[in-house]
Amino acid sequence: MKSSTFLSIFVGGYLVIFFGYLFGPLILMSITAFNSSQFPRVAPWDCFTFEWFGELAADDKLLDGLGNSFIIAGGVVVISVMIGLAGALMLTQVWPRARPWYYTIVISPILVPGVVLGISTLLFWDRLGVMVDASYDSVFYNGTFLTVLGQSTFISAYCMLVFISRLQRFDPALEEAALDLGATHVQTFRKIMLPFLYPAIGSAAVLAFLASFENYNTTVFTIVAESTLTTVLANQVRYGINPSISALAVIIVALTIVGAIAHEAMRRREELKVRRGELTDTSSAFGNFMQGWLSGNPAMILLMLVFVAGLGTVWFSSQYSAGQCKLDLREQKELLQQRQGPDIFLPGSDAGSDTPALEDGATDGGLDNNSGFGGVFDPNNLEQAPTDADTPSDGEGAGAESPGSSTFGDVFAPDNLNEEPQ
Amino acid sequence: MSAGVGVDLKDVWIRFGEFVAVREANVAIEGGEFFSFLGPSGCGKTTILRAVSGFLDPSEGTISIGGANMAGIGPNKRPTALIFQNLALFPLMTVWENIAFAMEVQGAGKKERRRRADELLELIALPGQGEKMVSELSGGQRQRVAIARALCAQPDVLLLDEPLSALDLKLRQHMRSELRAIQRQVGITFIYITHDQGEALTMSDHVAVMKAGVIEQISDGQTIYDDPSTAFVASFVGENNAFAGKVSAISKNQATIDTSVGKLRGRIATAARGTINKGDEAMIFVRPEAVSMSGTGTSNKIKARVRTEEFEGAVYNVFLNTESGEAVKLSAVNQGGARAGSPGTEMTLSFNAAQAVVLPRGELASE
Ligand SMILES: Nc1ncnc2c1ncn2[C@@H]1O[C@H](COP(=O)(O)OP(=O)(O)OP(=O)(O)O)[C@@H](O)[C@H]1O
Ligand SMILES: [Mg+2]
Repeated sequence: MKSSTFLSIFVGGYLVIFFGYLFGPLILMSITAFNSSQFPRVAPWDCFTFEWFGELAADDKLLDGLGNSFIIAGGVVVISVMIGLAGALMLTQVWPRARPWYYTIVISPILVPGVVLGISTLLFWDRLGVMVDASYDSVFYNGTFLTVLGQSTFISAYCMLVFISRLQRFDPALEEAALDLGATHVQTFRKIMLPFLYPAIGSAAVLAFLASFENYNTTVFTIVAESTLTTVLANQVRYGINPSISALAVIIVALTIVGAIAHEAMRRREELKVRRGELTDTSSAFGNFMQGWLSGNPAMILLMLVFVAGLGTVWFSSQYSAGQCKLDLREQKELLQQRQGPDIFLPGSDAGSDTPALEDGATDGGLDNNSGFGGVFDPNNLEQAPTDADTPSDGEGAGAESPGSSTFGDVFAPDNLNEEPQ
Repeated sequence: MSAGVGVDLKDVWIRFGEFVAVREANVAIEGGEFFSFLGPSGCGKTTILRAVSGFLDPSEGTISIGGANMAGIGPNKRPTALIFQNLALFPLMTVWENIAFAMEVQGAGKKERRRRADELLELIALPGQGEKMVSELSGGQRQRVAIARALCAQPDVLLLDEPLSALDLKLRQHMRSELRAIQRQVGITFIYITHDQGEALTMSDHVAVMKAGVIEQISDGQTIYDDPSTAFVASFVGENNAFAGKVSAISKNQATIDTSVGKLRGRIATAARGTINKGDEAMIFVRPEAVSMSGTGTSNKIKARVRTEEFEGAVYNVFLNTESGEAVKLSAVNQGGARAGSPGTEMTLSFNAAQAVVLPRGELASE
């Protein structure tokens, strides 16, 4: 009994840590996208805002890179799926004893560091360009072209692995049966093999797209003068980032969730189609579908909720403007500053020499991008707070008095406390 | 009956590297007949069928269908349809799409295909099941769909590779008669593979018995049962008691063999006449149902002791041991009379010389 309780606590704790480790950064980053602070941060919270999405939409460099990323990913999907499929089919055809060798060779690009692939692609096409005396705006020096080729070298090997695992489950007798019934080899491929491979083609395409989209270390060499999302981001990080990157992350996470839901829905429907005979009532097939779909998978329900929450947020964003909050925030600070003089309720207000410092802190926390101050202040204040027994109630009073949310009052109250011991 | 298209194998050898899977096969299958290949697992039955349908080329010899040499003609160009050992129905298609596949690849329209599929579903007694997926059918139904799919290609020769082996006994018996009925109805040549001798004997016009790549005998079922041409056929088809020994005397078509249980006389098999001489190593085979417990009348007598008895309903089997330790099996029709008796009972068995077959000594089928 006791040991089992301990075990369940342990497992529960482990799960919390595990999922925290997996999703914590994502969640934090997503939240920072809605904070009006200039630097991506969660605490202290300034204003709820959508301005970073606007900022993102206005960032031409980033959008340019994003566009390129999509174009490149599209090219990589087409090339890699075709090469991967051809490679996998080839594996089933080659002489059995040569298979391990063939496999090793075609899989080797995965083992080669991406940096090496990038550099060698660049060098190879550069040499080729020199050989044919191509100009610098020819295809030999085209970043998009080179990146598609460079990424495809190893992404097509990923695709091939997907196809091989699917082909291993193919019954070659089906092909023979089709031939025997008079189908040509082309018909056999189109009507038997290809339908069997459709799911794998879908998976390989998604895999190729994602692998291409997030690739950096090959791309950074082959992209030459152009840019992709990853190279733009890498550059930005060097010069300091703002929360528009978080906004981008939110969009990507949202798209991923939508994609996962769509994929799962399709899979379930496929499953249902196979089991169609078992469903007694075909008229309520949709009801059955939804029921079967939701009951089986709590994770899906969770994703669904996240998705609905996302929709709600979008709706909210069209109704809400952060301007009011910001105005309130500024007003509140100004009010606070004005109160420093006449306010008789605050015990610390008599220390006139401290006013400039306070002003600093207030402006920093609310308007500037200095995140350090607010964070540093809080713990200090809290530590020192117990020195004065009256202060907590006073602080609350100040908070309640100030307009807007009480959170800000809390933030400011400690500032005031901070002055007191000095 | 001979309206259909015949199949001829002439001196066909099939090798896989060093391994000889089929050795010098000569088979003439008449048009419209039900022909069976019978043999133990691994004897090369499937290999022959694959050569006929064009999936592999014979290393030597020729295969002709309807008089035309098939060398170099691919499986999709031959007038054959093969029903695979594992059926190989297309799992991603519905039943009717499976059946009409042969028409689809010829470019027939959907309406036409659907109509033909429905006709065939009628024929195989699965009307209205066309929209199902293959996975929703029972084993026996899949079986029939595979037959319909092959028939839809309108082949001149239908090749069936142990199509009933996966079914349970009841269904197998049912499908046997159904297959035979379909064959009579469509009137095309059936080449049927099985390792179940009952199946081969009940359905076929002719049976070829194979052993390790060699065709040992081709004949109708009755001849194969009553007049086997090798020791292997005698022991593989049906059950037989075998006694080995030296030929001590030959008179006309009968021979006397000196065996460990005494002198036994039998008729010399047709295939062995003229080749068996006095002093040769030979075997005498006698069917369990030819052995009687009366111990009178004939010169062939064997002393034996009852080991066990098995009651099968219509017949009962008695298993005995001779004094020299050979096992003997005896089958008698159940007439409600007395049984052989408890284990250990000693008795004298007898059989007619006309019902025993003498063959040159050879390898027996391992049970
Ligand atoms: N592709 C091949 N390569 C090498 N050997 C093969 C090949 N195909 C078949 N064989 C061999 O040929 C022999 C005959 O095989 P076949 O499949 O014809 O047997 P079968 O009579 O159909 O047996 P079963 O009743 O078990 O189906 C077997 O020993 C098998 O190992
Ligand atoms: Mg076989």
